[in-house]
Amino acid sequence: MKVSLFITCLSDAIYPRVGEAMVRLLARYGVALQFPTVQTCCGQPAFNSGYWKEARDSARTILDAFEDSDFVIAPSGSCIGMLHHYPKLFENDPVMLARSEALRAKSYEFTQFLVNVLEVTDVGAEFPHKVTYHPSCHGTRLLGVKEEPLALMKKVKGLELIPLPFAEDCCGFGGTFAVKMADISGAMVTEKVDHVLETEAEVLVGLDMACMMNIAGNLRYREKPVRVMHLAELLYEGVKEA
Amino acid sequence: MSGAAKGAKRQTVKERSELALNDEFLRKAVKFTTERLRNGKKKASEEHGNWELWRERGRQIRLHTIAHLDYYLNLFVNNARANGVHVHFADTAQDAVQLTMDIAKHANARSVVKSKSMVSEELHLNQALESIGVEAIETDLGEYIIQLAGEMPSHIVIPAIHKNRYQIAELLSKEAGETLPPDTTALAGFVRKKLREKFLEADIGMTGCNFAIAETGSMVLFENEGNARMVSTVPKTQITLMGMERIIPSWSDLEVMATLLPRSATGQKLTMYMSGITGPRREEDADGPEEMHIIIVDNGRSLQLGDPEFQELLNCIRCGACLNACPVYRHIGGHAYGSTYSGPIGAVLTPSLNKNIAEWDDIANASSLCGACYEACPVKIPLHDMLVYLRRRKVEAGHGNALESMGMQGFATVMGNSSRFGGVLRLGKLGQKLVVRGGVIRTKLGPLKGWNTYRVTPSLPKQSFRDRWDTLDKELGLTKKDISETAQSKMEAAVKKRAQAAAEAKAEGKGGKGHHG
Repeated sequence: MKVSLFITCLSDAIYPRVGEAMVRLLARYGVALQFPTVQTCCGQPAFNSGYWKEARDSARTILDAFEDSDFVIAPSGSCIGMLHHYPKLFENDPVMLARSEALRAKSYEFTQFLVNVLEVTDVGAEFPHKVTYHPSCHGTRLLGVKEEPLALMKKVKGLELIPLPFAEDCCGFGGTFAVKMADISGAMVTEKVDHVLETEAEVLVGLDMACMMNIAGNLRYREKPVRVMHLAELLYEGVKEA
Repeated sequence: MSGAAKGAKRQTVKERSELALNDEFLRKAVKFTTERLRNGKKKASEEHGNWELWRERGRQIRLHTIAHLDYYLNLFVNNARANGVHVHFADTAQDAVQLTMDIAKHANARSVVKSKSMVSEELHLNQALESIGVEAIETDLGEYIIQLAGEMPSHIVIPAIHKNRYQIAELLSKEAGETLPPDTTALAGFVRKKLREKFLEADIGMTGCNFAIAETGSMVLFENEGNARMVSTVPKTQITLMGMERIIPSWSDLEVMATLLPRSATGQKLTMYMSGITGPRREEDADGPEEMHIIIVDNGRSLQLGDPEFQELLNCIRCGACLNACPVYRHIGGHAYGSTYSGPIGAVLTPSLNKNIAEWDDIANASSLCGACYEACPVKIPLHDMLVYLRRRKVEAGHGNALESMGMQGFATVMGNSSRFGGVLRLGKLGQKLVVRGGVIRTKLGPLKGWNTYRVTPSLPKQSFRDRWDTLDKELGLTKKDISETAQSKMEAAVKKRAQAAAEAKAEGKGGKGHHG
């Protein structure tokens, strides 16, 4: 069995600590993650903007990178969701279509793999803080990852989970949307952060670093000291401290 | 079309949304009502207990009907004609307007009372009627308000959602010639009294059509105010405007729609009034029109037929749930979309009905693709996918923004090869030294202006993950390590499950081309 880490370009470039937390955490369960270095980006920015030819160039690196993997795991529901679009992207190319179908079937968002495949909910972590959770849109709506992160957080000792008001509302990131429609996106992230602040949580946790970067960027802009983390980071930090 | 609407159309969606974002009244009013409606829908669908199953039933009924639309339209028309209804077909908005004006002239009509109809808004019918000296009065409270204000509806179900009661009191006071208090009961009371006179003197009643029942040639109206009942019973002549896709096969299908529509629209289990109308007044009837016309409107709808990416658009039952769920709509309201239909459905419907890429396609950009619309939709229309298809069609038609096209080519070059990607990361680390302060980038110059107006940008760390990998691998011995037995057996079980799921999907005939979430 080969289990590969699909780091996603954002975590690769900006949040390597998320990948490292995943690698270290999964190693505790006997899963030696591999990192095929030919991977780049899932192609979502181009795909969502309508540039499918360009998206295919990017998608090919992912298909090549994980051709011989049995499991592909990423710290992002959105990027895994993009892999689910590959069959549509290659619908007129039977060979690529078959490869895309195969990749879709073996791809997992981090908590999907941990909870549904390894059947782990209690990682033995301790994290004595007030935490609130933003469920990212693509992970929850398109992949259906809803219960998994909650099941994991429930078992963390000392973690006080404070429900985020209007949690299901998009944070306003939306990839190029945040640049093209900057003021609408700005209004959305401002509202999201208002809700985060309402909870008085010390930590905001999520499963997608793009959304976390967006929310953290607004928090920092407004000089609010809420710590923003990926759940993999939180769990690994909690394990080290337990 | 009113001057305001024409002016709005010329601007871009960005400019229009700017206006809305700076209008605190509007944002508060829209937020308040959409929140109430979506919470109502949430509660109603939870209480229903079997919502997902019924959503799927609704979707299947709509898919089936649209796939056989020619058959069901014929059946409907034959039955309606047998009931004594005059049925007309309008290919375009102009045709529909002309047909209406001809009927009005033939009836020597001086005034028309209308119940709420989005098709009528699509045709800009009131202005046309006024031009031949026929007074057209909207009798739905919200429609009446926006008619007085000279505006377009800003929501499919709640046309005046963008106005608060103080603004409404001001408008109605002008009409009343006296100061009315900003009290909902008092304001509604004034309108009721005023409209009562209009109902009694109208020559023609015009309605929309929520559903047309093919098996009996009947049309069904859902409403809460009772005005559609007045419109369809008092005047001697009735005209119903019906989008050509409003058909459902039978009354038993209506049960599913009547379960889905009010719950999705307002959180109601049923609307206050649900009227089924099968032809004009018969001898034994106490009331009803002597003459009844149904105008079946195409106006761009048939363009979606046979288009695998957009045909499902015709499944829409106009409940407005996607608007109430949409975080973009909540901040910018309906007028920012610039056309009759707003919100996620409007962003897809308007360009699709118009086949006018250059003029309308920028609305498709006003979405973060969060999928809340799809989740809210009672017939599961994948609007978030359709928005992406619209963007792709624009690029393929050569209407892409030049700067963006260059950027995307650059993206493909970098992301098409991992060593180029690694190179760009190293370059970025060098380049960012000029702009990083305290670990973040705050400059509002160039492409960072929009982002950094509301946020800071994180800097690149010393090592990317790919730089870090070798060290990590050495420490943990990952490449040389086998997977533990426990993990191995869990994963084997998962692989088995995957194969089973694939076999089941194949057996059900779900090919690989499905593109829903």
